[in-house]
Amino acid sequence: MSQEKNMSDDQDVITGIKAPVYLKYNFTAGAAPARFLAQIKKGVLTGQRCPKCSAVYVPPRGSCASCGVATEEEVVLSDKATVQSFTIVSIPIPGNPIQPPYIIANVVPDGANISFIHLLSECVNEEIHIGQRVQAVWKPEAEWDYAMDNIRYFKPLDEADVPVDRIGKLPVTGLEG
Amino acid sequence: MSQPEILNQAFELGYTYTRSTGPVVGRFLTELKKRNIVGIKASDGRVVVPPMEYDPDTAAELSEFVQVGQQGEIVSFAWVKEPRAAHPMQVPFAWAMIKLDGADVPMIHCVAAAAESDIATGARVRAVWADETIGFITDIRCFELV
Repeated sequence: MSQEKNMSDDQDVITGIKAPVYLKYNFTAGAAPARFLAQIKKGVLTGQRCPKCSAVYVPPRGSCASCGVATEEEVVLSDKATVQSFTIVSIPIPGNPIQPPYIIANVVPDGANISFIHLLSECVNEEIHIGQRVQAVWKPEAEWDYAMDNIRYFKPLDEADVPVDRIGKLPVTGLEG
Repeated sequence: MSQPEILNQAFELGYTYTRSTGPVVGRFLTELKKRNIVGIKASDGRVVVPPMEYDPDTAAELSEFVQVGQQGEIVSFAWVKEPRAAHPMQVPFAWAMIKLDGADVPMIHCVAAAAESDIATGARVRAVWADETIGFITDIRCFELV
């Protein structure tokens, strides 16, 4: 419960209260995400391929969401990716240190078939578009940890856009590969 | 494929809600800040603490505030042997339904006592105020046995 001052009007009449709810978890990564995190600590993005439909998941969850079978084969992915969708955030989010406007995007790394969410930066926000090629900007190696934010953000690449029907279907070697 | 090490980490999800109190609960909290406890008179004459906005029987809007006493009687209680971090006290205490003098329905709050055996239904308690009041239910730090 908050011990800070509550909201009140000029006459010191209470008009509002702080009523936060905090849910405290101990999060255990599980086998597949733990291996993913161990790899990202080394600066490598890895996915897992479904033995049935061949879809490559990143971050891997250890199973294929569409076939319902375990995934074991690990696939090293590129840190180049394609913007599948994005949003320009203009409103500050309480507790978030990033100052708007900024872009969060679903990006699909080359070699994977699903996207994950990350920041885009070093770009003109208004020029970002679906199909845009981007590449990870990593923190200095000394700061790498078991964390997705080893990648600071993705920045635009000077490469041809990916046609919409090929987004999420590129090989690890990229559009021309 | 080698066994991965087990990674785990504390994680907190916070919903930082604020709530507007409306005039009735707002008045109750404003009075707490002044170290007063008020209830509200229902259509049948019962005094309800904390005050409610609408009559429990007729649903009519209520507005007649009544100051009640700072002492009362334990109607029922539950002893907490092992308080959790979110509890108002970090030593064993009781949650109790307390019928304040002048009120007709009990209100829940915590009661400080050295031992469970010190507490009984019918025991008299008095409000202990926080050093600084802010207009929140915790302005009453706890109740103590009289």
